[in-house]
Amino acid sequence: MTRKRIVATVAHRVAILAYVLFALFPLFWVLKISVTPNDLLYSEGVRLWPSRTVFDHFDFVIRHSDFPLFFRNSMIVSLSTAVIVTILSSLGGYAMSRFSFRGKFWIVGLMLLTQMFPLVMLIAPIFKILSPLGLTNSLSGLILVYVAFNVPFATFLMQSFFDGIPKDLEEAAMIDGATRFTAFRQIILPLTLPGMAATLGFVFTAAWSELLFALMLISGVDASTFPVGLLSFVSKFSVDFGQMMAAGVLALIPACLFFFFIQRYLVQGLTAGAVKG
Amino acid sequence: MTEAVNAAPYGRDRRPFLRRLASASEPYLYSAPALILIVTVMLVPLVIGISYAFRDMTLLDPFSGGFIGLDHFRALAKDKTFWQALKNTVYWTGYSVALQFCFGLILALLLDKPFRGRGLAQALCFLPWAVPSFLSGLNWAMLFNPIVGPIPHWLYGLGLMSAPDNLLSSPDHAMWGPIIANVWWGIPFFAITLLAALQSIPRDLYEAAAIDGATPFQRFRSITLPFLAPTIAITVMLRTVWIANFADLIVVMTNGGPADRTQIVASYIFTQAFRRLDFGYASAIAMVLLALLLVYSMLIVLLRQTLLRER
Repeated sequence: MTRKRIVATVAHRVAILAYVLFALFPLFWVLKISVTPNDLLYSEGVRLWPSRTVFDHFDFVIRHSDFPLFFRNSMIVSLSTAVIVTILSSLGGYAMSRFSFRGKFWIVGLMLLTQMFPLVMLIAPIFKILSPLGLTNSLSGLILVYVAFNVPFATFLMQSFFDGIPKDLEEAAMIDGATRFTAFRQIILPLTLPGMAATLGFVFTAAWSELLFALMLISGVDASTFPVGLLSFVSKFSVDFGQMMAAGVLALIPACLFFFFIQRYLVQGLTAGAVKG
Repeated sequence: MTEAVNAAPYGRDRRPFLRRLASASEPYLYSAPALILIVTVMLVPLVIGISYAFRDMTLLDPFSGGFIGLDHFRALAKDKTFWQALKNTVYWTGYSVALQFCFGLILALLLDKPFRGRGLAQALCFLPWAVPSFLSGLNWAMLFNPIVGPIPHWLYGLGLMSAPDNLLSSPDHAMWGPIIANVWWGIPFFAITLLAALQSIPRDLYEAAAIDGATPFQRFRSITLPFLAPTIAITVMLRTVWIANFADLIVVMTNGGPADRTQIVASYIFTQAFRRLDFGYASAIAMVLLALLLVYSMLIVLLRQTLLRER
């Protein structure tokens, strides 16, 4: 190896390390605050790690606060949204990928439009529509809204996964007498499982983080999701940083688990889509 | 093959009528559930929302709902906060997109080279993207807080600040708080899409160029950039619209303050609807934002077409 190449390699590794540190440092700080005892919080504000660690904040959040309830609500909402969206967008994405039909142009246009306009615009009208139906302050109302918001993008994503699977496969099955739906279910769906996993994870993360509609549509503690619960913490008179960050760590766990599970597929799936498109 | 069957003249298609109907309606059946939801939960409220802009609409007043014409828009023209928010939106969107894109591109280029531990490095670098936006808002608000966060002390130590104060409460620089949080959170999105595009470039092109004696910079300019250009154009455009609408970080970190210096149009809409419950005024602001974004998208499409024609 020449000297120039060694320098280039070292620079490359240093740059990667800088990115990793930048990405992880804020999360590290959340963890640090969540294990710092209250009496050391201010006196050791700038230290990288407190001289004594405790799990009191976690203990309080799990046993004496409403966060387990918020966690359960968020889990119900995000999982249901992710499963429903994945099913609907698999069907829709398959239609977009395999058929050319009258009105397809307008349907694609409509879905693109939904990606363009400010969703905050819908906050007031959706509240007005859902309120007489009894769907405000309820988890099912939230699920309904989240499913609709996530379906367009998920459909495009699924379409790109279907585009990567040769058409001959289901055509062969249909020549052998299977209906298209059977061919879709038994041959194509198993092949797109990685794509469906990616969609599932993507939508889960989106629903898990949604804040503004949850704030507007939910007012009671019973149906509060995690973001709403955490923000009500901030608006209290004195903020208990330790408890807040302990709750934050809890909110982070499912999102990160889902992310590590899908992140391999993300680049792959988008590569397949990019090659096709 | 499907297209051939569907397009066959009716005389030659000997399948029974019901079968034919079933196969003709198949694509609609597959896409119907998604479509019905999009229309009822997004399109209908959108139309209703547009009608609110011309009505006197506050949630707590049962006598509201009357048609008031352009009154909201007249009030809007005189609303100083709105004009400030418009300026802030441009600032917020411009810096966020530019920085996310630059750092995202560099990260994608770094991760495109094979090295030991690449999988892990990639997963860790992309991790901020999985962090819920409200949490990254709280997280960065805490880092900027001089009581529990290190950043003010570091800036003070470097001599960039005269005292370790909270950046978020400084009227002149508060906007940088949400922008930095947004950049941290959004780099992975650009890195993921650009990395995907990078990996679809055929490797033999680089080898051929290297044999011909092209320098790394020449290779980047004449192979990488042209291949990435379409992805860059689409992602930057979509991201710009998305970030202009993205109010979460601002609502969480500063709530528009101090003195509306970090209020962007999207967060102003939310404030009007959520805190003041003035749905009519909120919808009027939203319509202006929608119109501006439409103009922006049209300009981009036009620009793209002229560029393509010149080629």
